[in-house]
Amino acid sequence: MGAQATPRRTLDCRGLLCPMPIIEVSKAIKGMEVGQILEMLATDPGSQADMLAWEKHTGHEILDTKEDDGLLRFYVRKTR
Amino acid sequence: MAEEKKRRRLALVASQGSLDMAYPPLILASTAVSMGWEVGIFFTFYGLDIINKRKLPTLKVSAVGNPAMPPPFPSVPLQGPTIIGTLPGATALATSFMKGWMSKANMPTIQELIEVTLDGDGRLFACTTTMGVMGVEEEDLIEGVSCLGAAAFLDFASEADVSLFV
Repeated sequence: MGAQATPRRTLDCRGLLCPMPIIEVSKAIKGMEVGQILEMLATDPGSQADMLAWEKHTGHEILDTKEDDGLLRFYVRKTR
Repeated sequence: MAEEKKRRRLALVASQGSLDMAYPPLILASTAVSMGWEVGIFFTFYGLDIINKRKLPTLKVSAVGNPAMPPPFPSVPLQGPTIIGTLPGATALATSFMKGWMSKANMPTIQELIEVTLDGDGRLFACTTTMGVMGVEEEDLIEGVSCLGAAAFLDFASEADVSLFV
């Protein structure tokens, strides 16, 4: 992800299990504008596959995913 | 373009009214609306308790005849033969333990998952046959429920991409 892509906000889903990260990401994205980037932090290992499915079904774009010692960071761009 | 595609549809039947059996359909429903899907849940037989105003706050985990017993934690004092579950207070204990470990894991309540589902335009269908059999009136049900029969639910489900019976 380039330096031009600065997250508009960070959503902390650490310690939350399915379905909460997906529900919270969906709520957060609704409150943002097209083109803005959401950073989401998660510790549920299931959220990696869940976020890919969410991306596929909603059309929003995951620009990057980082994993560091069990902490997942997703960078999502609102596309519509 | 995602918005030009026909929206996916999930049709669920919730046939069980215990706390542990209320979670799976509502987790699926709240997730599906969060992915932009259309959702409808048909609450039938004991599943109707989940959308019954009076019963919803007091859904219980049965300690008897429940394949989830004993609880999967050695610290819960309901271990041992199934007959332990028949002791007075066992259901109350199992219920409070489940509520305890769900809240410790930051899991939402059933009410919260229902709210997410309704906020995402998910539909809650009350089975009118169950209402008739169990003497449940429309005013006994939570806000946002539509009452219908099997044919109307099947019509909704006939357009579904995913249909599950819980």
